[in-house]
Amino acid sequence: MEYTANELMIVNAARLLRDGDTVFVGVGVPNLACNLARRTHAPNLLMIYEAGVVGARPARLPLSIGDPTLVSGSALVCSMYDIFSLYLQRGNVDVGFLGGAQIDKYGNINATVIGPYDHPKVRLPGSGGSMEIAAWANRCYIMTPHQKRRFPERVDFCTSAGFIHGQGERQAAGLRGKGPQAIVTDLGIMEPDGTGELIITALHPGIQVQQMKDNTGWDLKAASEIRVTEPPDENELRILREELDPQGIYR
Amino acid sequence: MTKLMSLQDAIRKYVKDGDCVYAAGFTHLIPFAAGHEIIRQGLKDLTLARATPDLIYDQMVAAGCARKVIFSYLGNPGVGSLRILRAAIESGALEFEEYSHFGMISRLQAGAAGLPFIPMNQTAACDLEKSNPNYRRVSDPYGGKDVVVLPPLHPDVAIVHVQRANEEGYSHIWGILGEQKEAAFAAKHVIITAEEIVADDIIRSDPNRTLIPGFIVDAVCEVPHCSHPSYTQGYYDRDNNFYLAWDKKSENQDEVKQYLDEWIYGVKDRQQYWEKLGKDVHDRLKVKPRLSYPVDYGAY
Repeated sequence: MEYTANELMIVNAARLLRDGDTVFVGVGVPNLACNLARRTHAPNLLMIYEAGVVGARPARLPLSIGDPTLVSGSALVCSMYDIFSLYLQRGNVDVGFLGGAQIDKYGNINATVIGPYDHPKVRLPGSGGSMEIAAWANRCYIMTPHQKRRFPERVDFCTSAGFIHGQGERQAAGLRGKGPQAIVTDLGIMEPDGTGELIITALHPGIQVQQMKDNTGWDLKAASEIRVTEPPDENELRILREELDPQGIYR
Repeated sequence: MTKLMSLQDAIRKYVKDGDCVYAAGFTHLIPFAAGHEIIRQGLKDLTLARATPDLIYDQMVAAGCARKVIFSYLGNPGVGSLRILRAAIESGALEFEEYSHFGMISRLQAGAAGLPFIPMNQTAACDLEKSNPNYRRVSDPYGGKDVVVLPPLHPDVAIVHVQRANEEGYSHIWGILGEQKEAAFAAKHVIITAEEIVADDIIRSDPNRTLIPGFIVDAVCEVPHCSHPSYTQGYYDRDNNFYLAWDKKSENQDEVKQYLDEWIYGVKDRQQYWEKLGKDVHDRLKVKPRLSYPVDYGAY
């Protein structure tokens, strides 16, 4: 079956979620990945939205992070201060999804600014919830198209911490979360090695190691064994296209 | 004691040039009608604080009301960039102060609770901490890791939209609660806008739903459809088409000016604005009821 780059990323990110995970959901493609997981292998996925919604069961695709469909039929609604303190800071979130304009060799993310902070070349939206999600969720996943400009050796601005300058620095800073565990792109998947450096661990069908290297801004290493991901199956694509995103906004 | 007044009077009385204004609401309950009234009254040099400035501050900045913004996410939620704010920051025309969401609402929480500062655990994402001198670290007096601290935020005025309030300002809110309560307690003055003004009995029939007490409220304004193009849970839907269209419109200064002329300066109040939107928009934003199961407080 034919599928798009976005569908490939969504399906692969969904498969990383485990049944029973508590996940801090972002809008856009992470929202689709979480809802897909809940409708396939992870029926007990608990979806939390930073607006203060716990156990959401959205009946339609929410455009914004604060859509009313997240509230109707959810299990609990609380203030934003509660969601960030009682849920995230306290350690009650298993998985966080992150995104940004730049992701570097150690999984640090820039969603704030390209160029100097005070005289920006491009001003981006900034942290929102991602600074704390990256620090305190047990595992973080990142979904992004694989382009060289998105993967520089070092981010211009560290909006949210990955492994900072290498493994060990997270623990030294006292961060409770384990940091970025997988970067899902349209070419494959990168995961941190023992030093916290992102390396190739999986490729999508038909993709070569060199393609991934050519589209990465640092000297990207490959794991000794590289897995080939299973292509999206009929059922996953049907749920995405017919149930979750019938208008094809994220196709 | 009744605090009922028109939104025009409330803005005239409680918002002054140079004030710090917090128009509350995380995606939900954003008081657009109040923002439009501030624009019509020509207020200047405001510091506009909101976790997500949203289109309301994009419009207020376009109209020349602001000197500074305080924010934690500078985007058009689910759509992309807030083009007017972004351009004003990139060109240096607008002062700004930036936090993460947790930092921003922690400042409100400190303000609401009367604290001199508020601690948060470290995040190791140090660039924002370095860029904003309000971020400090203090040692844990009990021997743990240093914590990050922020000072309280005390807006001069908080504007809080609610589903229903009584004449004193006791307010019921449901749906996404955002930072409504914290903004109200943190501010020096509070303007409540409500979809409906209801009898005291209705508020007292469900006291667990009351988020804001009347004694911290200065003005209560009945403003149906106050939030459009944001929404009020159970009353009308978010106008996502408007948010998508603004992304295009705000690329062009002439179109923005035309919008302000037609939809803000060109209407008297929210009622005229809502009528001008017309039946098709009203129908599109209608929501079907989904009632909660009643609770029994017991007659003691």
